[in-house]
Amino acid sequence: MAEIRLDRLRHSYLANPAGEADYALKEINLTWQDGGAFALLGPSGCGKTTLLNIISGLVTPSDGQVLFDGQDVTPLPPDRRNIAQVFQFPVIYDTMTVHDNLAFPLRNRGVAPDRVETRITEIARMLELEDQLGTRAANLTPDAKQKISMGRGLVRDDVNVIMFDEPLTVIDPELKWKLRSKLKELHQQIAVTMIYVTHDQTEALTFADQVVVMQDGVIVQMGTPVELFDRPQHTFVGHFIGSPGMNLLPCEVSDGGATFHGQPVALEGPIIRNGGDTQIGIRPEHVGIGPHGIPATVRKVADVGRHIVVEADAAGTSVNAIIDRDPPERGAQVHLAFDPARTRVYADGWIATEEADP
Amino acid sequence: MKTENQRAWFFVLPVLVLVAFNALVPLMTVVNYSVQETFGNNQFFWAGLRWFEEILRSERFHAALGRQLLFTVTILIIEIPLGVAIALAMPRRGFWVPVCLVLMALPLLIPWNVVGAMWNIFTLPDIGLLGWTLNNVLGIDYNMTQSPVAAWITVIVMDVWHWTSLVVLLAYAGLISIPEAYYQAAKIDGASNWSVFRYIQLPKMKRVLTIAILLRFMDSFNIYTEPFTLTGGGPGNSTTLLSIDLVKIALGQFDLGPAAAMSLIYFAITLAVSWLFYTLMTRDEP
Repeated sequence: MAEIRLDRLRHSYLANPAGEADYALKEINLTWQDGGAFALLGPSGCGKTTLLNIISGLVTPSDGQVLFDGQDVTPLPPDRRNIAQVFQFPVIYDTMTVHDNLAFPLRNRGVAPDRVETRITEIARMLELEDQLGTRAANLTPDAKQKISMGRGLVRDDVNVIMFDEPLTVIDPELKWKLRSKLKELHQQIAVTMIYVTHDQTEALTFADQVVVMQDGVIVQMGTPVELFDRPQHTFVGHFIGSPGMNLLPCEVSDGGATFHGQPVALEGPIIRNGGDTQIGIRPEHVGIGPHGIPATVRKVADVGRHIVVEADAAGTSVNAIIDRDPPERGAQVHLAFDPARTRVYADGWIATEEADP
Repeated sequence: MKTENQRAWFFVLPVLVLVAFNALVPLMTVVNYSVQETFGNNQFFWAGLRWFEEILRSERFHAALGRQLLFTVTILIIEIPLGVAIALAMPRRGFWVPVCLVLMALPLLIPWNVVGAMWNIFTLPDIGLLGWTLNNVLGIDYNMTQSPVAAWITVIVMDVWHWTSLVVLLAYAGLISIPEAYYQAAKIDGASNWSVFRYIQLPKMKRVLTIAILLRFMDSFNIYTEPFTLTGGGPGNSTTLLSIDLVKIALGQFDLGPAAAMSLIYFAITLAVSWLFYTLMTRDEP
């Protein structure tokens, strides 16, 4: 178990990167405390797998350092970093039994046979694989195979970190949920640092204590799931997390306030940064339909069970609102009321309003 | 619910007709010859299983079969590991991949009788590059038309030269289909190079290697053209493999009955070994 620190990390797959655009990862500084559950969330191609492979040592970064407990491990190969990784597609040794699969990383490191047996018994119990220890791994279902890959990481009691690279991609939806809670449970039992890479917000938000959201090789925000939801630092986070994502309305900024098509909009606090492209950001959960506010036409009403999603058109911009009851008719003229404490302005994508005093 | 429908047979019919004309009918004529005796004039007499008995007891057949087995086993022992080793050493990506693949495919593109003729000239002690070099530069007394050992070595080296590429290409296809994650996982698990080969590469190559061994077994067991053009079965009978012997009996001596019986025994052995091998190799696959 270890604290993981990434210090001014940059990576380019090109031999001679010329500009910023050539970097798959652009200057990353990050500290993950020992024993935490972390998620790396972002769309495909945002650099999260590159970052993961740099931590595991499969990729050597162009610049910067990877530190485990303050010790620089950047030049070390994967087997000397004491890490474990679970891949997207289950990796198992086909010809071996489940037992031998679990024993493999220990035997390679010359662990005493009786110690190997104790560890396997322990881990097999945790993963509920006890009954399958004698079967050949090749004949198992994908979720059992994925459990074995996890098990190979867990059996070593000296691992610094276990990394998961979209491990539930090939698992059936119903088993996905089961395996995810199993993972969470395992983390609580053994408190080893875990990093979970995914493009699925539900997986990230349910698994991790801290979520790192990435876009185009840049970390846009790091925080608890609640922080990411409540106060996105970047429009990308607002849009990527939540269903539907945050509403973004183009606005004009003048005299420290924002206007949407001439109509002033109340904000959480004063605007402290200015930029070329300004937008108002508000989550659908904080948009109400009332007598006052921004006029709009209802375009679509969808009852999704727990609540109702209303899609309205406000001067050419689509705005979603989530309400509990009394949905308006399609085509009705309504007014959208924004909760001022949750209404923010983003300049060039980044948050530009100051947080109101709690 | 599944409905039984016999119409499918109708679609298989053209293939059945085709197979019947190019395989079953000729095979049946062989069966026909194998139980009869002829003295020419298109006159045939019933012989029962006499030819089969005669062939199975004949020392000449035993010797040819022995030579055949020795040849097949030797080339398999050399070609399979060598092919795997070359495939492992080949680059997986980059500029050299197509170059290596084309170089590997070249021997396979040469017609079989040309291979035999090529090696025949190549090994001539007076004008062949290899034969001349061995005799005059390295001082080794080498003449494959006189020494059975030299003839055997030449036949085997020729086959290895001609056919190892097939094993290489098949093994290589198996190797490049292994996802990168397997190697990464093995690295993280601290596996040695040998373990990677033993537990990842070899199991993943098992299917293609089964096919490679099967193809090489059948081809080498039935081989005729190359050794015939190279040595003609000599010196003496030392490189007379089963097929060469068969042709001698059938077309040299015109003993159609015994030749037909021998063909069938030969065919049965090839079929039985192939079936047994394939069944054993694929028995525990899902």
